[in-house]
Amino acid sequence: MTALALMGLLPENASTTGSVNLDGENLLQKSEAEMCRVRGNKMAMIFQEPMTSLNPVHTVGRQIMEPLRLHKGLSKSSAMQEAIRLLDRVGIPNPAERVSNYPHQLSGGQRQRVMIALALSCSPDVLIADEPTTALDVTIQDQILELIQTLVQEEGMSLVLISHDLGVIAENTDNVIVMYGGTVVESGKTDHIFDQLTHPYTQGLFAAMPKVGMGRGKRLTTIPGTVPDLINLPSGCTFTDRCPLASDICAGNIPPVNQMEGSHLVTCHHLQQAVSARSKGLYE
Amino acid sequence: MSKTVLKVTDLVRHYPLPKESLFAKPRYVYALNGVSFEIKEGKSFGIVGESGCGKSTLARNVMALEPTDSGSVIIQGEEVVCKSFSELRPLRQHFQMVFQDPYGSLDPHHTVGRIVAEPLAALGKISTEEKNNRVKEVLQSVGLKSTDTEKYPHEFSGGQRQRIAIARALITRPSLIVADEPVSALDVSVQAQVLNLLKDLQDSFGVTYMFISHDLAVVEYLCDEVAVMYLGSIVEKGRTEDLFKSPAHPYTKVLLDAVPKPASGRKRERIRLKGTVTGQTEQRIGCSFQDRCPMAQDRCRRETPSLKKVGPEHLAACHFSQELMKEATA
Repeated sequence: MTALALMGLLPENASTTGSVNLDGENLLQKSEAEMCRVRGNKMAMIFQEPMTSLNPVHTVGRQIMEPLRLHKGLSKSSAMQEAIRLLDRVGIPNPAERVSNYPHQLSGGQRQRVMIALALSCSPDVLIADEPTTALDVTIQDQILELIQTLVQEEGMSLVLISHDLGVIAENTDNVIVMYGGTVVESGKTDHIFDQLTHPYTQGLFAAMPKVGMGRGKRLTTIPGTVPDLINLPSGCTFTDRCPLASDICAGNIPPVNQMEGSHLVTCHHLQQAVSARSKGLYE
Repeated sequence: MSKTVLKVTDLVRHYPLPKESLFAKPRYVYALNGVSFEIKEGKSFGIVGESGCGKSTLARNVMALEPTDSGSVIIQGEEVVCKSFSELRPLRQHFQMVFQDPYGSLDPHHTVGRIVAEPLAALGKISTEEKNNRVKEVLQSVGLKSTDTEKYPHEFSGGQRQRIAIARALITRPSLIVADEPVSALDVSVQAQVLNLLKDLQDSFGVTYMFISHDLAVVEYLCDEVAVMYLGSIVEKGRTEDLFKSPAHPYTKVLLDAVPKPASGRKRERIRLKGTVTGQTEQRIGCSFQDRCPMAQDRCRRETPSLKKVGPEHLAACHFSQELMKEATA
């Protein structure tokens, strides 16, 4: 949802407050027509499902040419040239032939590469990748993430990577925010957070993940309950119902933001308890 | 020695491709090329590999959901290959399947009660009362409420839907459950709940799992034995601990290295695999992994490696298994 808000793609009945600043301009105050010039041009997005986010009735070349002709005003033939160059850039073999293929003729990994080529087409300043690899195999995931990393470095873009896979986040980002129930519960440098998991939710997420080398003896620890209904979010701390440390104070009061080492911020009433619970595990 | 629940021998399945011209030689997708393994009662057997290496074809053939070219699948002492639909029907209560996508595998028009009760039809006539009791019982055992029978699938979350799918597989009290990527569509915390459930059900009902996944951490957590598949054959097989500690096939090693590690300090040295699974449509000489293998040599292009013993209960199909294992222990 945050990603959609950033891109100005929220449903019509959504209301937003606050601000989204890109190069000093507040995107939330822009009109739809103005946003159209930003989207795909200065900001681009890679979606989760490469199967459904490409249009099945257009060739991939035509889909890549669309933003080029719209934002850059290229002619049909030079847009085609550029599309072929982009496909080559994202590592698709035989780009000159592939450009006239339809999405169903490509594999999942290749379709995700086309999505990346599309997002890159106008060399955006910010690239938003919403779970770009959850639908893919480990080996393909590895290739796609490496591709995104090199492109981000070479083109000098900023990357917003959204994922529920902690391993993907740990290996590909500099800063992390952990979100729960529509609010940020923990944020900071990636290294700090993974060294010092603090918020009860972050600790729970980490404990619930099966890790290679963990062995079979232990049970996976789970966070009890499910994600709260966003229609009637609990007042105070949104994690209260599922938190092992919750007390009376959590239910009605919005928790304070505690500063840890450096820029590491944790939003919790029971910071000391959470810190001391790190070593023994919260959810036994 | 415990009983063998599933024994698969030399399973072969090739899919014909549409002919390019009337006189062209028929071409095939070689999905399974002689797969053999067996699973003992109450154990979990994991199958890992990339998409396109034949994992799901194997599952469909073991479940007798499509005709098999050759080979045999013996479940609880009964051959299921080459049986007609009506012969298979009474046998189906012994083996059930859980599918990957809990959104697509439950009929949205049916109530949960009806979905879960459906496999009972294979048992022949049973009274409505017994049927209802069994549905309630099985829903409780997967952690749902017995009052949920009147609801429709859309009223449940992804994790709960997968519980319904597991309940449907359990209701005939099968000895074998084939689970094809049952948790890959779920979030981390929900995935942990479903995995724990699968483990608990195994402890209380003694079911045997054939568990297909591309997530190695999940397989390590749940399975006693693992087979790694590449291009329709098993390239390595063994006890989970052995195989994860000292992989004897380069493909296994690359798969293990490709899993991102959730720890600080982000750059790791490793071999990355280029390209995707290719060559499903040709039968060739030499090792199936030769195109993408980081240690391929001339010998790999000439000789097809066979599954050889590299340790107690540990088999691998590679010419250089010994070197790889030495490297892992060093």
